[in-house]
Amino acid sequence: MDYSQFSAMIPELIVLGIFILVFLFDTFAGETARKADGMLTTVLFGLGTVAIFFTGCMPKECFGGMYVNNHIELVLKCILNLGVFIVLVQSLKWTDTPDMKLRRGEFYELLLATLFGMYLMISARHFLLFVIGLETASLPLAALVAFNKKHNESAEAAAKYIMTAVFSSAVLMMGLSFVYGLSGGSLYYGDVANAVAEGPMSGMLIVALAFVLGGIGFKLSLVPFHLWTADVYQGAPTAVTSYLSVISKGSAAFAFFIIFVQAFGAVYPDAWEWMLYAIIILTITVGNLFAIRQRNMKRFMAFSSVSQAGYIMLGVIAANAIGMTSMLFYILVYIFSNLGAFGVISAIENQTGRLSMDDYRGLHKSNPWLSFAMTLAMFSLAGIPPFAGFFSKILIFTSVTASNSMALYMLVLIALINTIISLYYYLLVVKAMWISPEEPVVSSFRSSGSERFGMWICVAGIIFIGLVSPIYGLISKLVTEDAPQLLAWLG
Amino acid sequence: MDITLPILILAIPITMFLILGIGGVKMSRKMAGVLGILGMGTTMTLAYTVAFTYFFSGDPAFILDGVRQQFQVFDATWLAFTEKLVVNIGFLIDPISAMMLVVITTISFMVHLYSWGYMEHEPGFQRYYAFLSLFSFSMLGLVVATNIFQMYIFWELVGVSSYLLIGFFYKLPSAVSASKKAFIVTRFADLGFLIGILVLSYYTDTFNFQALTSDPSAVLSTTGGATFMGASVLTWALVLIYVGGMGKSAMMPLHIWLPDAMEGPTPVSALIHAATMVVAGVYLVARMFPLYLVEEGALTFITCVGAITAFYAAVVACCQIDIKRILAFSTISQIAFMMVALGVARPDLHEGMGYMASMFHLFTHAMFKALLFLGAGALIHAVHSNNYTEMGGLRKYMPITHWTFLIGCLAIAGIWPFSGFFSKDEMLAAMFANDWLWGAWMTMVAGLTAFYMFRMYFMVFWWEENPHYKEHKPHDAPWQMSLPLIVLAAVSCVAGFIPFGEFVTWNGEPYHIHIELQVAVTSLIVAACGIALAAWLYMKKNNKPAAMKNAMPVLWQAANRRFYWDEIYMFITHTIIFNIICKSIAWFDRHVIDATMDSFAKISQKTSVAIKGMQSGNIQVYVLWYFFGAVILAAITWICLL
Repeated sequence: MDYSQFSAMIPELIVLGIFILVFLFDTFAGETARKADGMLTTVLFGLGTVAIFFTGCMPKECFGGMYVNNHIELVLKCILNLGVFIVLVQSLKWTDTPDMKLRRGEFYELLLATLFGMYLMISARHFLLFVIGLETASLPLAALVAFNKKHNESAEAAAKYIMTAVFSSAVLMMGLSFVYGLSGGSLYYGDVANAVAEGPMSGMLIVALAFVLGGIGFKLSLVPFHLWTADVYQGAPTAVTSYLSVISKGSAAFAFFIIFVQAFGAVYPDAWEWMLYAIIILTITVGNLFAIRQRNMKRFMAFSSVSQAGYIMLGVIAANAIGMTSMLFYILVYIFSNLGAFGVISAIENQTGRLSMDDYRGLHKSNPWLSFAMTLAMFSLAGIPPFAGFFSKILIFTSVTASNSMALYMLVLIALINTIISLYYYLLVVKAMWISPEEPVVSSFRSSGSERFGMWICVAGIIFIGLVSPIYGLISKLVTEDAPQLLAWLG
Repeated sequence: MDITLPILILAIPITMFLILGIGGVKMSRKMAGVLGILGMGTTMTLAYTVAFTYFFSGDPAFILDGVRQQFQVFDATWLAFTEKLVVNIGFLIDPISAMMLVVITTISFMVHLYSWGYMEHEPGFQRYYAFLSLFSFSMLGLVVATNIFQMYIFWELVGVSSYLLIGFFYKLPSAVSASKKAFIVTRFADLGFLIGILVLSYYTDTFNFQALTSDPSAVLSTTGGATFMGASVLTWALVLIYVGGMGKSAMMPLHIWLPDAMEGPTPVSALIHAATMVVAGVYLVARMFPLYLVEEGALTFITCVGAITAFYAAVVACCQIDIKRILAFSTISQIAFMMVALGVARPDLHEGMGYMASMFHLFTHAMFKALLFLGAGALIHAVHSNNYTEMGGLRKYMPITHWTFLIGCLAIAGIWPFSGFFSKDEMLAAMFANDWLWGAWMTMVAGLTAFYMFRMYFMVFWWEENPHYKEHKPHDAPWQMSLPLIVLAAVSCVAGFIPFGEFVTWNGEPYHIHIELQVAVTSLIVAACGIALAAWLYMKKNNKPAAMKNAMPVLWQAANRRFYWDEIYMFITHTIIFNIICKSIAWFDRHVIDATMDSFAKISQKTSVAIKGMQSGNIQVYVLWYFFGAVILAAITWICLL
């Protein structure tokens, strides 16, 4: 075996290395030294991200093409790493509580393990590797969701998560077995694409498509595969929820794009454009309609993230280089906005244990900076200029309209109407914080240094990412380099 | 040229604005004032250095074979929308921008200093200095713009600072409505400016001044002879751009905001509404002058508007009571003078002297009009009223103000050897060279100018003493206010002897100024007649003015009410536009647009209630949805496809 091909996997190896270091440290370090778990992971992870950014620049593949690490994969890994870094920073205070004393290390190990799985999902060009990645990402997440195991809610959430995950895996496997049959015994995306391109449109292919869509749709919480989302987001510890809502989604969305464009590209737009069309409309609309009614902030964010996943999928249905670019950009912006919101939610939860939207009333009087950060996050999620969310939305809409089809224009119109609806519920939070005349429920407090650091990163991202055009330009440049190979199969 | 100085010229005022604007609340008045003055003083020194280097260093970048060059100190890409549509931001230095740097920083510094005394007891002193800095920054950015889009941005910033400063006494309803009026009227005019910019850049693919003006005939050819309603698109673009200038420079019929803008603090009127911002329109035309030369239709339009405005404003100024309003109308009239001088300038007439004269008058006018306004401020400070009816006989009480004010009046009337004489003489000579009609008309306006200025002068400083002086004795202002008066008066005395043509001409080649004796004597005689008439009527208390007023009450009343322009505007906007257009639009908005939005809300709310059962909390139900979701999806696609 040629061991040198492992050098293509630098990002994975770095994450694995950090995982092992943290594991060893947590196992062998003394009681007091273990307090440094969080800080150690965060710092190592930050350094690791920088290393990935600078070392992985060469397009590489290994394991006979099962694994590919091109520019865009690398960009996405860096984007996800940024998100994970923010999550790590934000959770420092939570893992510092006495309750977490014995389990602190596990949290970080599980987190890194899921990230490793997601990396594999992103880089896979073979369904086997993809499934391995998916499961590696899913199983530790179930443990993470159950992390507050003494709370019933957390346990219930984990049960729901693991059961839905198992079910979705079964559906996915079913779909993949059809794919296996279709391609005549190969699970390489390229081989599948060949078989799909040559063979006729068959019922088997459609079922395979629908089931694969369902399997990944679970991770993305696309409607109707989303029902677990609210319960799990609510029950899981807030750090895990924020991780689930951005990192897990970002990686799944990218894998989705790759699979549908590379393996099933030949049957676009006939077979899956309509499937995706229906799913996107359902996802955005249903997510919105449920979000309107939520009073619990974590449930609220759950449905908001369902709806946002629909917007991310717009990049897939566009199925072009701009779509890919704006999807990556959307994920980046979404990371800042959503983690900004979760940062505030967890800061308030850590301080007071309160999670209801009603508890945010009059917040600006007691905690103006938290209200400020939350407002920016909400504005960005709703897509109000000049914040980053506005630009990411406009870019992703542009990518959809690029193909000049009437149906897709309608889709953008529906998405736009939904943006108006989403404005309503995002502004409900803003209204509660700034306009409600009541005296604040949450008394004034000072967030910990790590919480503030995390929030400042998000605020800076929300304000600057949209206005600084080089970032979009950079992603666009890298995507354009990979695009011919990436989009080669599109019919 | 080193890039540091130009950047600092812009950076210092904006930094001052931020410091005073954000930290001002916690600063003492003294601190804020000193900071503002020091900042502006430094900027002034730097601007002088830059201008001096430009004019006198002899660097081939600045002057090549005796021809002054345009020089872009820097010009960086700011917003690259598409390959063609690129907005730059930079620093252009050429004769007129160097001159404007000197004018703006000088007047701004004087006003900063003066305001320390004038605004001493006003609340919001720190805010006032912050706004002054913002204005200085915007105005400097405007004059050094390398492209028309940058100019437009700073143009609007100037408008905003003007709005903020006019409405500085925001507790006075009149100040608030004046600030709104100024903003809306100039903004409305800027709409024309923007359309003009878009038309021009659409055809020429560039915003850059150098690219536009270095070869104007090439620019004309890029339009491909396109016309719109009988005039070439270039004419349209230039006229529309000029409409923006009309708004800022208060040309008829967009002049209505300037007299009301006098509600702002007097030093602000001196800085913004006399010396710097209101000449932005003149500057704009001068900046694009080579383009205007190609389209003489636009120049004729400018000349006509200017000539009418100059006369109108002069007549109105003869019948005002408020000394700041008189100065405001005088400003309108004088700016129109500059516009006419630009409009009549042609390369073949005295080597384009009109351009030089216009810029010369811009320079001298800035100095003596700022002087007059600051003098008026000192009077108001002493008497606590804007109306000359409350003044009279003040020459004994306020000698410094009196003498400096007299110098200002002599300068604006065009009496030798004060600065106004020289610039006005050049302008009139240029007008006579173009057509004797313009020359004669504007000479008459010059006579009116002398008359109304000295009418005010005599009413304020001679006439009869106001009996209130016994209770409240007026006196000269403190040194912070007197010093700028003296400096500006000194400048007004000597500025005429500057060989202006050596520095600023339309094409950069030096022009040797020589007094046109015929024109000079004529205008001197006319001005002397105006002064004599004013002296005869207003020097001693008598009933001749009242008799004159009674002799032609309709005319007097009309002039006093500014020929009912405000009423006309009110009629058009309130009666016609608001009633007919706005009401129907409002109906549409309420019953169609709002209703659509409301229906979204209602439908969402209802559907949301209807589907809430989906989220039951039962994992079995979830999985069912999941499975049937996938199956139904496959089934529908199957049916649709096969």
